[in-house]
Amino acid sequence: MASNAEYKDRQFLAVIGDEDSVTGLLLAGVGHVTQGADAQKNFLVVDAKTESAVIEAAFDRFTQERKDIAILLINQHIADKIRHRVDTYTAAFPSLLEIPAKDHPYDPEKDSVLKRVRRLFGE
Amino acid sequence: MSGSGARETVFPTRQSLGLMKSKLKGAQQGHDLLKRKSEALTKRFREITRRIDEAKRKMGRVMQIAAFSLAEVTYAVGGDIGYQIQESAKSARFRVRTKQENVSGVLLPAFESYTTEGNNDFQLTGLGKGGQQVQRCRETYARAVETLVELASLQTAFVILDEVIKVVNRRVNAIEHVIIPRTENTIKYINSELDELDREEFYRLKKVSGKKGRDAAAAEKEREANSKKIAESEEGTTDLLGDQENEDVIF
Repeated sequence: MASNAEYKDRQFLAVIGDEDSVTGLLLAGVGHVTQGADAQKNFLVVDAKTESAVIEAAFDRFTQERKDIAILLINQHIADKIRHRVDTYTAAFPSLLEIPAKDHPYDPEKDSVLKRVRRLFGE
Repeated sequence: MSGSGARETVFPTRQSLGLMKSKLKGAQQGHDLLKRKSEALTKRFREITRRIDEAKRKMGRVMQIAAFSLAEVTYAVGGDIGYQIQESAKSARFRVRTKQENVSGVLLPAFESYTTEGNNDFQLTGLGKGGQQVQRCRETYARAVETLVELASLQTAFVILDEVIKVVNRRVNAIEHVIIPRTENTIKYINSELDELDREEFYRLKKVSGKKGRDAAAAEKEREANSKKIAESEEGTTDLLGDQENEDVIF
């Protein structure tokens, strides 16, 4: 079960998304770059040329390595590229949220959490 | 009976019977309590799933509006501002903190968004033109992110509750299908063993008393025989002096 120490330091949001989504969310003020030599951004811009290995690496970094991220936002069409990773991700922290992109309307059927909801209620 | 089903390895004594009985009572009470907890959690769980469903749909709409306002910005500024914004992002203004909520002994975290005042990474964005649109876009996106945070906390609660409900249900089933039958079996076993001991004891006592009766009867017979012999011998007692032939002399 989640202990208090597990999430009390988590205060940032991380974003993996296309340029428009990231820009918009950064405008809202979620962007954070850590201080020091190994400066890490908490966002990743994905375009058509980005390889899924890069996305997976960022996904791993945000979900496992960094302990200060509370919520990971990921565009749904990007989540589709690493769908197997997203579907097998079950940890409570950071919580993973699939968001719609500008050119990709939201499809509730693909969402990993809603899938679980449906499976639980046998629909 | 005592041989069927699993039971605990105990000596069939009255003391362990008492122990097993109190254990069974405890197990039943625990089962009731856990069952009630599971029901309360499931109720909460259903409520959360319903709210997640709603929030997901709301998010779709909100993000659409936000994307539209970003398009307005791009149009007003007359160029792509993405690069500039990505470079100027330094420190998060929009952060979340977690607070806890207690649902029947389960701590559910909930995210709460807050903005740190004082640092603004995008002071120069839209300085030339489109400043108003940039401002509006920021507000729209801030609202959108708030919705997202709300949804994220619902989702986290969903994940944790899911896990907890599984654990609680597993416990309820373990008590119902393993511990209670096993304890009942043990009680049955002890009872039958004790009954067996009782019967044995009763038979033994019967045997003992029967033997005692027989012994007593034999002793009685012997005594009777003895007394008869004595009586007989008394009849034939002879004068110690051996003067039977002599008539008693009467003066």
